[in-house]
Amino acid sequence: MSEPIAILPPQTLRVGTAGFAIGIAIVAVIAAAAVVGNSLVPYDPFTQDLGNRLKPPFWMEGSEAGHLLGTDQLGRDYLARLVYGARISLLIGIMTVITSGLIGITLGILGGFFGGRVDDFVLFAITTRLSIPVVLVALAVVGLMGSGLGLVVATLGLLLWDRFAVVARATTMQVRNHDYVSAAWCAGASMPHLLIKEILPNIASHLAVVATLEMALAILLEAALSFLGLGVPPPLPSWGLMIAEGKDYMFFSPWVIMIPGVALFVLVLGINLVGDGLRNLLGSERLR
Amino acid sequence: MLRLIARRLVLGLLVAFTVMTLAFLLTRLSGDLAVSIAGPSATQADVEIVRKAYGLDRPLYVQFFAWTGRAIVGDFGQSYFFKDSVANLIQKRLPITLTLGLVGLSLALIISLPLGILAAVRENTWVDRSVTMFTMVGQAIPSFWLALILMIVLGLQLGILPISGTGTWQHFVMPGIVLAFTAIPALTRLTRSGMIEAMASDYIRTARAKGLSRARIIFKHALRNAAIPVVSIAAVQLGFMLGGSIVIETVFALHGVGYLGWESIAKNDFPVVQAVVLVLAVFYIGLTLLADILNALLDPRLRTG
Repeated sequence: MSEPIAILPPQTLRVGTAGFAIGIAIVAVIAAAAVVGNSLVPYDPFTQDLGNRLKPPFWMEGSEAGHLLGTDQLGRDYLARLVYGARISLLIGIMTVITSGLIGITLGILGGFFGGRVDDFVLFAITTRLSIPVVLVALAVVGLMGSGLGLVVATLGLLLWDRFAVVARATTMQVRNHDYVSAAWCAGASMPHLLIKEILPNIASHLAVVATLEMALAILLEAALSFLGLGVPPPLPSWGLMIAEGKDYMFFSPWVIMIPGVALFVLVLGINLVGDGLRNLLGSERLR
Repeated sequence: MLRLIARRLVLGLLVAFTVMTLAFLLTRLSGDLAVSIAGPSATQADVEIVRKAYGLDRPLYVQFFAWTGRAIVGDFGQSYFFKDSVANLIQKRLPITLTLGLVGLSLALIISLPLGILAAVRENTWVDRSVTMFTMVGQAIPSFWLALILMIVLGLQLGILPISGTGTWQHFVMPGIVLAFTAIPALTRLTRSGMIEAMASDYIRTARAKGLSRARIIFKHALRNAAIPVVSIAAVQLGFMLGGSIVIETVFALHGVGYLGWESIAKNDFPVVQAVVLVLAVFYIGLTLLADILNALLDPRLRTG
């Protein structure tokens, strides 16, 4: 399947791995912050302190000692909320990728392996899915059923499986005629064994690239939904929600939208760099 | 060629019908629509009146066929909130979303085509790497956040553009820039990889061997072939942009179809929600169909399909 790494020109490889390393570092730092951050920050992300509202972060004048990134419009510590928000973003990203991956990979492998009618159905499902406006439908579902973390994950998972299906289908088609598949078949392997133990491991690396793309997309979409007030419900500090809550104050205190926005940007950039690094290692430019 | 178009048309209609079914089911997800329309302070009797008035007491399949039957001829029923026909509402809002989409796509093409070509002809140099980095950064910026930053900088600090509303052409500049940003990374990368592939092909080697100038090779021979996937992706991207403009329209209070969808979700105005989902899907389907036809026209090898 993938070409050996040595074939790539050395320059591409070096830059690719540098970006890869930076991406991994970014994601690792944010993940660590998400896991242990709230036990290190001395404030609770939900405790309001109305006497201490909209204090600026430490590099600006008038900042409050202790509140490193200042406080929000209700006096809640911004760093504590930011760190808690990382947890929400990562959780949504990971859970969505698991859900959408299960759907998309199953459809893609079935379509790619069996071809014919099955493949026609899978292609139709992909085409239909692509024609559905994701943001609007996600907003409508959350709007009609009430906001909540689980619902956001379920909605995004049901909507973002298309790229998994496309890539799983294409790569399955490439590997299904390989000798080891026929060999396993002749040795009497069952169909589930063939698909899960022979096909899946051999297309897994391509799917990993898709997983990073979808994770980044899911995190951005959750932020957009929460920003519009139809994602993660308050007082949970989703980064999108923090930007929405800060919007009314942004002309006088721009940092209230800058801080969560930069966090979101850095996390998504990190995930994309990891994905790009993986893609370069695989040497598959064609995977978009 | 005609066979290809006919086949795509049938497929498109099937997809549209499936989306229609899904849009209908979507608005029934909330459980009892009559309760949500009547509002939290309604009594049981009020709910029953609403249920009767909107025909929600009929069996689900009757409601479905009644809706699809009329939707096919462009009658999407009455909006509960706006007290106007849904078709009218969409007709009024559609030009704004289409204008935004076209402004966004034009800006995106103006930026991503030269960048993609530049990166391809300078493959593996710092130019190429900067362009790649630019697309990575562009991909990671949340569009609604970029919108707010533009509002602060262009609207407040420099004061050169209006912050929100629909009135004049200036109102489309900032939303257009933000929308363009959502398409630039994909279009740039595609132009780049298309150009790289074209530059490595046999006909370019032949053109070089003939002694043609570098500019002539790049613009006459390579670009024409690299343009094929870009043209079709641009059409598809426009479909995505129309669907994705909801966030941008909401941030800038630009009264297009996306904003209409957002308003009606907030107001539980489900006939409008259904119709907006369907209209955006039909646009996407139409644009992909157009992309397929354009592709076939540009590349004779695809005409047999």
